[in-house]
Amino acid sequence: MLLIRCPYCEEERPELEFRNAGEAHIARPTNIAAESDDDFEKFFFIRANPKGVIYERWRHIHGCARFFNAVRDTVTDKFIMTYKAGEPKPAKLPGAAK
Amino acid sequence: MKKYSVFAIAREAMRGHKGWEEQWTSPEPKKEYDVIIVGAGGHGLATAYYLATEHGITNIAVLEKGWLGGGNTGRNTTIIRSNYLYDESAGIYDHALKLWDGLSQELNYNVMYSARGVMMLAHNVHDVRVFKRHIHANRLNGIDNEWLTPEQAKEFCPPLNISKEARYPVMGAALQRRGGTARHDAVAWGYARGASARGVHIIQNCEVTGIKRAANGAVSGVETTRGFIGAKKIGVVAAGHSSVIMNMAGVRMPLESYPLQALVSEPIKPVVPCVVMSNTVHAYISQSDKGELVIGAGTDQYVSYSQTGGLHILQHTLDAICEMFPIFTRMKMLRSWGGIVDVTPDRSPILAKTPVQGLYVNCGWGTGGFKATPGSGNVFAHTIAKDDPHPINAPFTLERFRTGRLIDEAAAAAVAH
Repeated sequence: MLLIRCPYCEEERPELEFRNAGEAHIARPTNIAAESDDDFEKFFFIRANPKGVIYERWRHIHGCARFFNAVRDTVTDKFIMTYKAGEPKPAKLPGAAK
Repeated sequence: MKKYSVFAIAREAMRGHKGWEEQWTSPEPKKEYDVIIVGAGGHGLATAYYLATEHGITNIAVLEKGWLGGGNTGRNTTIIRSNYLYDESAGIYDHALKLWDGLSQELNYNVMYSARGVMMLAHNVHDVRVFKRHIHANRLNGIDNEWLTPEQAKEFCPPLNISKEARYPVMGAALQRRGGTARHDAVAWGYARGASARGVHIIQNCEVTGIKRAANGAVSGVETTRGFIGAKKIGVVAAGHSSVIMNMAGVRMPLESYPLQALVSEPIKPVVPCVVMSNTVHAYISQSDKGELVIGAGTDQYVSYSQTGGLHILQHTLDAICEMFPIFTRMKMLRSWGGIVDVTPDRSPILAKTPVQGLYVNCGWGTGGFKATPGSGNVFAHTIAKDDPHPINAPFTLERFRTGRLIDEAAAAAVAH
């Protein structure tokens, strides 16, 4: 089971308190009716599914119930960092090579 | 290839078993092949086998980054059934089921297909209605599936708890008698032996690191850990790593990869005569010929390539198993393991041509690909050989996520596939 740090509660809690909510930083189209089929497919179905660093959303559903974002390595399942929803994608990851 | 038979056993018994040959060869990779299959699991090896036997293409390499059948082929719970709701799914899964029947003879290799029946339990009114709808849809497609009362279900599987006091009482069951199990490793080995005997090169410990494309955009070969290997046609059959491989050709996939776990108990005397599945409490169980209870759990909730999952997922499954079969509460579990499954948004596979000329993909089987192994390989071989899909896999395109022509088994089958 993963230990996940909720950036709102500011503590590590067991995965059972959380729901994964898929890939992060996918912006919903502002005018969805005008989207082309190609763009809608990219927004709705196509996913990065990286082997390595993933940016993903979690929800602390059995805690503060808030959404936040996390950076995790999908090979080791280790969390690199978590940050609040609405904050930009971190330009540099802690521990990453310069 | 020397044929396996009772005479072969007698002959070898007389001369100290010195005449058995290797089941497949391990040649050095050539510079170029007609077709490269990425991934030597059941589906990939079946594809190579049917390319050789049905389409006369034998200049094939099957590249495997690890060992043959070491991915999801060797990690699943070996359940075979074809009682899917939609016509498209019924077509492909029943095509596979028909091939399972007779596969041991075809391959001259005992894949131990056992049509012991797959029973899916209904625990609430919604389940009852959904399963009855499935049964009617299946019958329209010529697929056997029948409704059992709780008493009939218990008669078919005596250790089942049908007490009304259960937290999720059994309200009935759908039974597909042609469903059952097979020996998963033997499927990979049998196809590998059959393909190798026809000249297919099976190259293990050879990881694909890149896909090369010619100036006109068509594929020209693959970069591997053992050097460049050329081919005009490449079939990607890489299960959990499909999106990684497809990314090498610049094709982004509607896939996410999740860990899926299974476990086996200590071996006991025969007690579970069939396969029992429950979507609502989420567990499936059968008993192997060795006597182990083979139990399948659910996926973890996050994308991962770690081939391990959370312990709470297994606990959740065992809770359900103990509820369904109270006699197993004191069983000891021997081993658990995880595999990485590639899941599509509609939970139906993708077996199709891609926007890149010469590149074909067979992926997205999610949590239930084993049962389709022969059918999947059969129609994928057709797709590669003719550069055109077989009518059976024609609906399983990559474009359906743009056009909206989904095959939404996700909504139809809830969780277990």
